[in-house]
Amino acid sequence: MPLSAPTSPHNHSNASITKVMLQVIIAMIPGIAVYSYFFGWGVLINLTLATLFALIFEMLALKVRQRPIKPFLLDGSAVVSALLLALAIPPYTPWWILLIGAFFTIIVAKQLFGGLGYNPFNPAMIGYAVLLISFPVEMTSWVVPHVIFNFPHDLSNTLSLVFSGALIGGESALDALTMASPLDTLKTQLRLEHTVQEALSTNDIFGTFGGIGWESINFAFLVGGVWLIYKRIITWHIPVGMLAGIIIISFVFYLIDSNHYASPMYHLFAGATILGAFFIATDPITACTSNPARIVYGFLIGILAYTIRTWGGYPDGIAFAVLLMNMAAPTLDYYIQPRVFGYKHGRKHKHRPKK
Amino acid sequence: MLKIWPFHGGIHPPQHKEETSQKPVATVKIPPQLILPVHQHIGQSATPIVKIGEKVLKGQMIAKAEGFVSAPVHAPTSGIVSAIENRVVPHPSGLKALCIVIETDGKDQWHKLDKINDYTVLDPSELRNIIRNSGIVGLGGAGFPSFIKLNPGPGKCVETLIINGVECEPFITCDDLLMRTQAEEIIEGIKIIQYALKAKKCVIAIEDNKAEAIAHIQKNIENEPDIQVASIPTQYPAGSEKQLIQSITGKEVPKDGLAIHVGVIGQNIATTRAVYRAVAYGEPLISRIVTVTGDAINQPQNIDTLVGTPFSYLLSETDAVLEQVERLTMGGPMMGFSVTEFDVPVIKTTNCILAQTTATLPVQQTAMPCIRCGACAEACPVSLLPQQLYWYARADELDRAQEHKLFDCIECGCCSYVCPSHIPLVQYYRYAKGQIWIKEQERKKSDIARQRHEARQIRIDREKAERTAKRNRKKAAMQAKKIANNAQEQAKKQREKVQAFAQTVNNSQISIDPNAETKE
Repeated sequence: MPLSAPTSPHNHSNASITKVMLQVIIAMIPGIAVYSYFFGWGVLINLTLATLFALIFEMLALKVRQRPIKPFLLDGSAVVSALLLALAIPPYTPWWILLIGAFFTIIVAKQLFGGLGYNPFNPAMIGYAVLLISFPVEMTSWVVPHVIFNFPHDLSNTLSLVFSGALIGGESALDALTMASPLDTLKTQLRLEHTVQEALSTNDIFGTFGGIGWESINFAFLVGGVWLIYKRIITWHIPVGMLAGIIIISFVFYLIDSNHYASPMYHLFAGATILGAFFIATDPITACTSNPARIVYGFLIGILAYTIRTWGGYPDGIAFAVLLMNMAAPTLDYYIQPRVFGYKHGRKHKHRPKK
Repeated sequence: MLKIWPFHGGIHPPQHKEETSQKPVATVKIPPQLILPVHQHIGQSATPIVKIGEKVLKGQMIAKAEGFVSAPVHAPTSGIVSAIENRVVPHPSGLKALCIVIETDGKDQWHKLDKINDYTVLDPSELRNIIRNSGIVGLGGAGFPSFIKLNPGPGKCVETLIINGVECEPFITCDDLLMRTQAEEIIEGIKIIQYALKAKKCVIAIEDNKAEAIAHIQKNIENEPDIQVASIPTQYPAGSEKQLIQSITGKEVPKDGLAIHVGVIGQNIATTRAVYRAVAYGEPLISRIVTVTGDAINQPQNIDTLVGTPFSYLLSETDAVLEQVERLTMGGPMMGFSVTEFDVPVIKTTNCILAQTTATLPVQQTAMPCIRCGACAEACPVSLLPQQLYWYARADELDRAQEHKLFDCIECGCCSYVCPSHIPLVQYYRYAKGQIWIKEQERKKSDIARQRHEARQIRIDREKAERTAKRNRKKAAMQAKKIANNAQEQAKKQREKVQAFAQTVNNSQISIDPNAETKE
């Protein structure tokens, strides 16, 4: 039989995008488990619906674009984006929120730019940002653990809430059920001229570090994030950069005035900081590509997130910080290049070919 | 043991060494026909000095070196030259090249050999000549004529001689077996090279997966204070020269530089043994150990092979299932190249013949888009940004690719090994390099064309100017002549007038008052 003769290398590690995405999903499991423990079925329903809608939209888009459906549908990237989107949305939100979010995530932010690998912006964050700006009420209606458990919170009631907005008996419970997130509450309190300590002690939604339940959730995501670094799916540069950014800037302001600026520990364990550091900002397609540039990228996300949280109009700035830095990523990549073997500096030399 | 510096990147592919490392080196009968390409080294091809029908003896030179960077070729056994023609040679292009074909007579008669008992009486340049005339080239795979490396150049001092016994590519075990069976000859060869180079110290680098080889070599250098063994952590591409120099000395060979620029000379461990045989026994380079392995082979092993032996001969000796061979590679799976015919000959740089079925080859699949994960940059031993090089090569933005140091890529294959999208990265870089070379050629050509055009213009202008000048001169000459003629005419006319007048005067005898006014 004729011998095949491609050029070297004739060896491969059998890595694949599907394997990478599977590891990311596995790393999210501890966080999702803790999240569901504290917040009930709403979390899992969000995740399931988001995944379903995302895969359907992806299939439709690939069909319209006449691209091969099977490899792209099975690569797992749509699933990961859907999961991240669903984790950012309050549990017990109506189902159509997820539909619109999935549409913007998959169709607008990803497929319209060329599909996997070509999107300049983090798809999950685009979906979240569109929803946050368009539906502020639904998107800021978070629940608190000990409050939900006072209501019927089994699966059928939850499904009923999500799909019809009312419990099975017909009572509309969303107003009683939902309230602002811990970050949101703190912000409002600070605006009302209370100090951080007053805010944290008077409201019963706060735990030791962040909100009740939120600290454990963030810690669980931290475990998942460290797992990802261990498995070499992501590198330490973006998470460490981002956490360093948040810690440094919050520490500076905490030193200046601890009455009006929350402590670094609070910022680390509230909201989506840990999820953002290990799962959202590390989305490889939209982040910087070289490790030195990634540290700066992560650091600036941290600074921006703190800035938006403290002085901006939204309680949690991770999404917008990530989107803003997505814009800056190519520039950072161009100017920050690692030093090549045999050269003294990163960027400068243009190399002529050898004769 | 020496301190080892780490180098950036690298991969750990499955090694596949046990298939062949646990068996002794086999010898095979002399094949009926040997095919000797005249170009088995870096540099200019050798020129045949034998004729068809001529009888040759073992070790006789059959092709002489041409130019400085070149090496001669010797007959691996006695026989008759049956042809000097183009045959398919082991090369990525699969093209044919000039070969000397010998029909062996089985007698294995040696040519006269010049043994040297004490090489220290010789000047290093004489040693280099012996090594050159023995056709010794780098046996690690590059095939650079060794005698050139043994002359570091005026003013250059060799701090460290590194002997490369790393053998980091999967499957290959020929150097491992050589170290375990010929350790004494290797050390003697190293001493000869040290004498020629006046190196201050010598380090023998061996990967730590070869514990037996390390032990053998260590035993033989017990009494040599200047020679040490360095145990290199098993990793691909630890045996790549620049990475090895970094591991042992901590220094990086500067861009566009050579090992000697950091005071190092590197030699493959098999080359050192060949040097010993050449100097002490007068034997030219006519054989080497070849690892014949791969899952299409039932009895993989190392074989002491005569240069020029067809691959098919060795494959039949190792019970290969030819119908199942999907790919036949010369070298290892990371940097070896595929050959398309079973009858290509073993050359001096053939360290391994790898015959694989589809079961052990990576599945050919369409590449997915790049997800910018950066795994390639993590694996690159040169700290390049393979993903950037890929985008620029794909978009034909060759200037940007050069800015990202495309030509520093050593094409080791670590990047495409780890790529989750299965992108054929190394192929893109080869394409980009090729395009840039073509552009350079075209630029040079157009430079020359432009120079010639300008010279031609100058010449044309000059000729034109000359012609114009000539015309002008002619014109001027004609003018002058005309004026002269006119003047003559005038003068003549004047004279005639005067004569006529004088005549009239004579005829009329009128006296003339020269001061009177003339009425004309």
